[in-house]
Amino acid sequence: MAEILQVIHSFGEGLFGAIWPLVWALIKINVLMGPVMICVSYLTLAERKVIGAMQVRIGPNRVGFWGLLQPFADAAKLFFKETHIPAAADTVVFLIAPTLVLVPALLAWSAIPFAEGVVLADVNIGILYVLAISSLGVYGVLMSGWASNNRYSFLGALRSASQMVSYEVAMGFSIIPVVMLAGSLNLTDIVLDQKDMWNIIPLFPLAIVYFISVVAETNRTPFDLPEAEAELVAGFFTEYSAMSFGLFFLGEYANMILVSALATILFLGGWLPPVEWLSIIPGFVWFAIKVGFLLFVFLWIRATFPRYRYDQLMRLGWKVFLPIALIWIFVTGAAMHLFGLA
Amino acid sequence: MSLSIKDLIGSLALSELVAGLGVTLKYMFKPSITIQYPEQKITLSPRFRGEHVLRRHDDGTERCVACKLCEAVCPAQAIFIEIDTESQVENRKTSEYDIDNSRCIFCGYCQEACPVDAIVLGPNCEMTTETRQDLLSNKEKLLANGERWKEQVDANLAADAKYR
Repeated sequence: MAEILQVIHSFGEGLFGAIWPLVWALIKINVLMGPVMICVSYLTLAERKVIGAMQVRIGPNRVGFWGLLQPFADAAKLFFKETHIPAAADTVVFLIAPTLVLVPALLAWSAIPFAEGVVLADVNIGILYVLAISSLGVYGVLMSGWASNNRYSFLGALRSASQMVSYEVAMGFSIIPVVMLAGSLNLTDIVLDQKDMWNIIPLFPLAIVYFISVVAETNRTPFDLPEAEAELVAGFFTEYSAMSFGLFFLGEYANMILVSALATILFLGGWLPPVEWLSIIPGFVWFAIKVGFLLFVFLWIRATFPRYRYDQLMRLGWKVFLPIALIWIFVTGAAMHLFGLA
Repeated sequence: MSLSIKDLIGSLALSELVAGLGVTLKYMFKPSITIQYPEQKITLSPRFRGEHVLRRHDDGTERCVACKLCEAVCPAQAIFIEIDTESQVENRKTSEYDIDNSRCIFCGYCQEACPVDAIVLGPNCEMTTETRQDLLSNKEKLLANGERWKEQVDANLAADAKYR
């Protein structure tokens, strides 16, 4: 592997000269973003297939074999539609907002390790970076709701902002014991720390709290109040059409995959196999299997639960998850002290 | 709101939510009930009320005797009949028999009213048209429908005859 990289580097330097590091960075970004975007587009198909199966339907099966080309048909449709800008909208903010939703969801991927050493930026504060970047998405949502100059959009954006802020608290607290156990903010270290036992076993309640919180963070059912179609048409993206709507859509699904990847790293042992002898299967396959399972749970939840009422949502976040997470931080600390892990 | 200890433990263990997830997971593995319409079609009942057909006797003469009972019973007033004044009493028939499919509610009263089983609602439900004009069926169209759906209409009438 290292020799191959050496050859590529020397070849690239010969070809591009001084700008080779920039080109190499672009290549790495594309190698990362390509599969992520393909996963995002196929997650939309998977969602329709899984929910279809759970509702005893078939789901899309017309475009390509088993509907496998459906995401491309959808993308082509969105590209050829007109991007309608309402007359009363703040044009610049209106057009920037969808990008601000999608970009953080993609940026955070740079710190996610797919296997040992396979990471774009192996930063020491990986988890802080991911949390900081992913919480920027709420700005895009707020801006879109404000710039649309539409009451539905505005209410949706307000709901989304308060929901994301509330659940970020519970989510952040549920991550703290993981960091305590690993003694590091580096995502690779956090995974390697789980070699003997995945974090989901000692921190099971927190894994549940984390997962439900990220369902709320990504505005998915049963917490999709920002886009509650019965009340708010489509919530903050009511006024959006064509590819500007598509960017919100991509952002939501990219966020789903991101938080699933993060849950895999934090609680399910990342690329580590469940038992030692299964390590003949390469790490990124285990990673993909775990992320895929969590994404299936996302879809499963959507097919099962009705939407929460707004006060129930807030009660769950502040009165249930926050105390549970705080208590478990204390329990983890006490246990680490008792067993001499600290 | 007060919670018993049992309820509290149950809600902390997400017992009801897990039960709900179990139901959807069970249904995921059931075979789908989707009918993929243009390729697959459901079996229609013999009593299915689709597009009207005007039937003929086996010797090729029209069954309709222009009694106008169907026109009278039609609740949507979708039927218009003109009696052929040239025709004799023994083979009285219509000169015009129009059905406005855009008004018809497919109640089947015309079929019930008909004393000679001339007007029957056939098995055809694929009767979309490109213009509203095409929804107006005249006598030729209805007789042609009778030719087109003869076998199925006869079979349906035979299947339902014992209940009439």
